[in-house]
Amino acid sequence: MSTERTDNVIELEGVSKRFATPSGGIYTALRDLDFTVAAGEFCAVVGPTGCGKSTTLTLVSGLERPSTGTVRVDGREVTGVTPGVGFMFQNDAVFPWKSVLDNVAAGPRFRGADRRTANAAARDWLRRVGLAGFEDRYPHQLSGGMRKRVALAQSLINEPRVLLMDEPFSALDVQTRSIMADELLGLWEQTRPAVIFVTHDLEEAITLADKVIVLTAGPGRIKATFRIDLPRPRKAQEIRFTDEFVALYSEIWEALRSEVETAYARTTTEVSA
Amino acid sequence: MTQAKHAPAPSAPLPTTVSVDDDPATSAGLRTRRIRRRVLLNVCRLALVVLALGSWEAGVNTKHIDPFFWGQPSGVYKQLKTWVTDGTAQGSLLEQILVTLQEAVYGFLIGVALGVVLGIALGRNRFLSDLLSPFIKIANSIPRIVLGALFSIAFGFGLTSKVVLAVVLVFFGVFFNAFQGTREVDRNLLSNARILGASRLQTVRHVVLPSAFTWILASLHISFGFALIGAVVGELLGADKGMGLLIRNAQNNFNPNGVLAGMVVIAVIALVAEGLITALEKRLLRWRPPQMGGDAGI
Repeated sequence: MSTERTDNVIELEGVSKRFATPSGGIYTALRDLDFTVAAGEFCAVVGPTGCGKSTTLTLVSGLERPSTGTVRVDGREVTGVTPGVGFMFQNDAVFPWKSVLDNVAAGPRFRGADRRTANAAARDWLRRVGLAGFEDRYPHQLSGGMRKRVALAQSLINEPRVLLMDEPFSALDVQTRSIMADELLGLWEQTRPAVIFVTHDLEEAITLADKVIVLTAGPGRIKATFRIDLPRPRKAQEIRFTDEFVALYSEIWEALRSEVETAYARTTTEVSA
Repeated sequence: MTQAKHAPAPSAPLPTTVSVDDDPATSAGLRTRRIRRRVLLNVCRLALVVLALGSWEAGVNTKHIDPFFWGQPSGVYKQLKTWVTDGTAQGSLLEQILVTLQEAVYGFLIGVALGVVLGIALGRNRFLSDLLSPFIKIANSIPRIVLGALFSIAFGFGLTSKVVLAVVLVFFGVFFNAFQGTREVDRNLLSNARILGASRLQTVRHVVLPSAFTWILASLHISFGFALIGAVVGELLGADKGMGLLIRNAQNNFNPNGVLAGMVVIAVIALVAEGLITALEKRLLRWRPPQMGGDAGI
């Protein structure tokens, strides 16, 4: 038991997060959350809208502090933005005024690398995400999928031990999304960070992850955890038709469905009230 | 002769243009249409100017407008010519322009620097902005041009009083834009910079400043005009050189053409400055998609 604990890169223990609402009330986004992610493990978090999935990521990244409980990364309690953590945001967070090269080189530059080293590393990563030749473009000149790849390179260039992803591909069309899933897996194999991948897309979660955590309708708590023992390397377009995949999907969906229905009922009553 | 001219035209130049262009008919047609439209526009603009100045001049000649009070275009032109060839009563015209320009540019640069620095500082710091915002609102509601009288008493007839007045006029526009621009910075981008390892200063330099620049640059267009107003009004209130003094002397001599000629010179300065600022804007905002950055001009 204790040997397993030291293996865990991310540990959440009794974590709750409350926000003050503009109307003066208190909104509980997460309650008593406990989970761990091992080194090099790919963990997907699914749950209905508003269950605090994204909040979990801001807590692990150190952008926000938990109201109660502790978050540990690499055994150290998170008290601020932690080095060694990468974050891919739901919306585009690449800097629109920087060229593709400068965007990817930003991380090393911020951390004190000189321009030449940073640019060399950035070129290398752009090649790995298939964007060689686009160094001088500005983000608005790229397609949505290409911008995601810039964001991915921007995060991975810092070689994070922990990569947090907040529905990173939700804005993409279905075809591009499955291509990006394959590319993400390929890149993840190269550096093997521990990943928390938040999504509302169960298929995407099963395709990518070693472990799928289902959260309850808000306030978010863990409803169930599922191991995904599908063989790697996986191909997004093929794996979803295997029997194991289908069996896992229906099993996890069973757990997820009631939560989705609860959340949906809640939004409709709120609207009618 | 006509045949000799005609002969080479279809054989030599036409085929080359055809081979270069994929769709020569439409793209060439589009280009000529655009050129024709621009020519038409400029001809109409010129016609408007001629109409306005011409009817003014005609009004004077038919004694409907009294040139003693209102001046006349030909008189303004003569006055300008005299200033250029013979100089003004205070020295050469160029010297007056340079004096006023120096005051305006100093005032502009200092005002912009103060506005940007304070705007970003208050935009980033909640406490500071809550503390100072009532004072800034009060200061902004003062008719600041009147301060010029005070400054000419306090700082004398030299450069300082005009620069200070220009700074006071420029500062607020830039400040409010920089403040708002800082407040509007995308939170995602700020978070991303922090995650990537940016310090507070790096965040300001790489995220806040470029993001707020769109707002700040918009304010610069108006600000240089304000700086010129500050310099000229400062000179009107008391100076020993400059365009403002030139205008005041013309006024004291009941010379409306001189006042108008002074205005023309200042307008030309302002237009040149506007062109420079637009060029700067184009250069600094290259990263924006064209539909946002481009055809905003009127």
